[in-house]
Amino acid sequence: MNAFRGQAIRAASLLGLIALFAITVLAGVHALTRADIAAAENLAQRRALAIVLPMDRYDNDALTDIVSVRAESWLGSATPMTVRRARKHGKNAALVLDVIAPDGYAGPIHLLVGVDAGGRITGVRVTAHRETPGLGDTIDASKSDWIKRFTGRFLGNPPAERWAVKRDGGDFDQFAEATITPRAVVAAVSRCLQFVARHGREIYAAPVGTTLRFDDAPEKAPVQ
Amino acid sequence: MSESSPKSILEYGLSSGNVGLVQLLGLCPLLAVSSNAVNALGLGLATALALTITNTLVATIRKITRHDVRIPVFVIVIATVVTAIELAMRAWLPELHAAIGLFVPLIVSNCALMGRAEAYASRNSPARAALDGFAIGLGFLWVLLAIGMIRELLGTGYLFAGAGQLLHLPWLEITVAAGYPGFLLATLPIGAFLVLAGLIALRQWHQLRRNTRQGSNDA
Repeated sequence: MNAFRGQAIRAASLLGLIALFAITVLAGVHALTRADIAAAENLAQRRALAIVLPMDRYDNDALTDIVSVRAESWLGSATPMTVRRARKHGKNAALVLDVIAPDGYAGPIHLLVGVDAGGRITGVRVTAHRETPGLGDTIDASKSDWIKRFTGRFLGNPPAERWAVKRDGGDFDQFAEATITPRAVVAAVSRCLQFVARHGREIYAAPVGTTLRFDDAPEKAPVQ
Repeated sequence: MSESSPKSILEYGLSSGNVGLVQLLGLCPLLAVSSNAVNALGLGLATALALTITNTLVATIRKITRHDVRIPVFVIVIATVVTAIELAMRAWLPELHAAIGLFVPLIVSNCALMGRAEAYASRNSPARAALDGFAIGLGFLWVLLAIGMIRELLGTGYLFAGAGQLLHLPWLEITVAAGYPGFLLATLPIGAFLVLAGLIALRQWHQLRRNTRQGSNDA
């Protein structure tokens, strides 16, 4: 019995020793990399933001001037979505919204949409999707320029009934063999513009870090 | 195998005991990350580095590692090394981490690491174990890279696209066939299985031919 206890204690001390060693090593590596990791993540976020909103359009820290918005029928997700608020010389310059197109061909498509204070799109990018390589993934900016055609558009350009893919009588190209993917993206961007038009003022005005909730919904699209 | 020469250790890792083609271990990353050459190179290097370090550490502490708790000890060592590699990648190769980051922590579960720790490193000197880890890792790297290159070339007509952004090695990027329309099948998951199957078949055929030739020489 005593021999067994001695064995167990020796095994436990060995494991403890190894774990202590592991903790020391990892704490060291963590201390060594922490600053660089934070810098790399911040740079990645700024770069991602610059793609949909040029850096000269704002002078505040738009990455931290954020609110959360729960608006399932507008932004496509029941969970609160992040909205970044860009301002220049203290004036509202643009909103950069996380938007989900819930009806992609292979699940939800995550978008980042920039809309300036005049309701004009400053840029749209797909941040995550699982669309078919070679077909639906044409929405990805690394695969084609399709997504860039939203830049500069607003409600009225094209008019509301032409915010659709060409097959549905709209202004936006679909791609060969893939209509569902671009249709979902066009609809999501259109909803996002209507959302900013209706609720933008409240979003600009809300204190940093608050969660806003909007239970209303866009009018049914005229063309479907 | 305990008294193996450096040459036979290398030969075993690269060819006769290759994890990817012969032992068929670590197939999850092999199939998932091989859709292009840059991702394959990145994960292959990370895995080879992890294998070399874990093998060396396990061999170094083999005399104080009690037999009954050796598996938890190996797990702690492997998890520590892989976590350290992942932190370093996040800090200094953030773009590469964004591309293959999901699979880096999974190196922990690559059976090749545990397998070599148990079968080789825990019974040999640190120097031998380091060489063994390096050889096995290099064997995994070359198979992963071969599949990645074949799939990228067949699928897109490029090689090492994105090397400048992801690995800071822009001179690696090659356009092999400009204007190539692309072959979707190769970049889809099924392409990974087909290319791996092709490589295994090629190796088996080569092995078989060499064996019969040796057989006829002996006779």
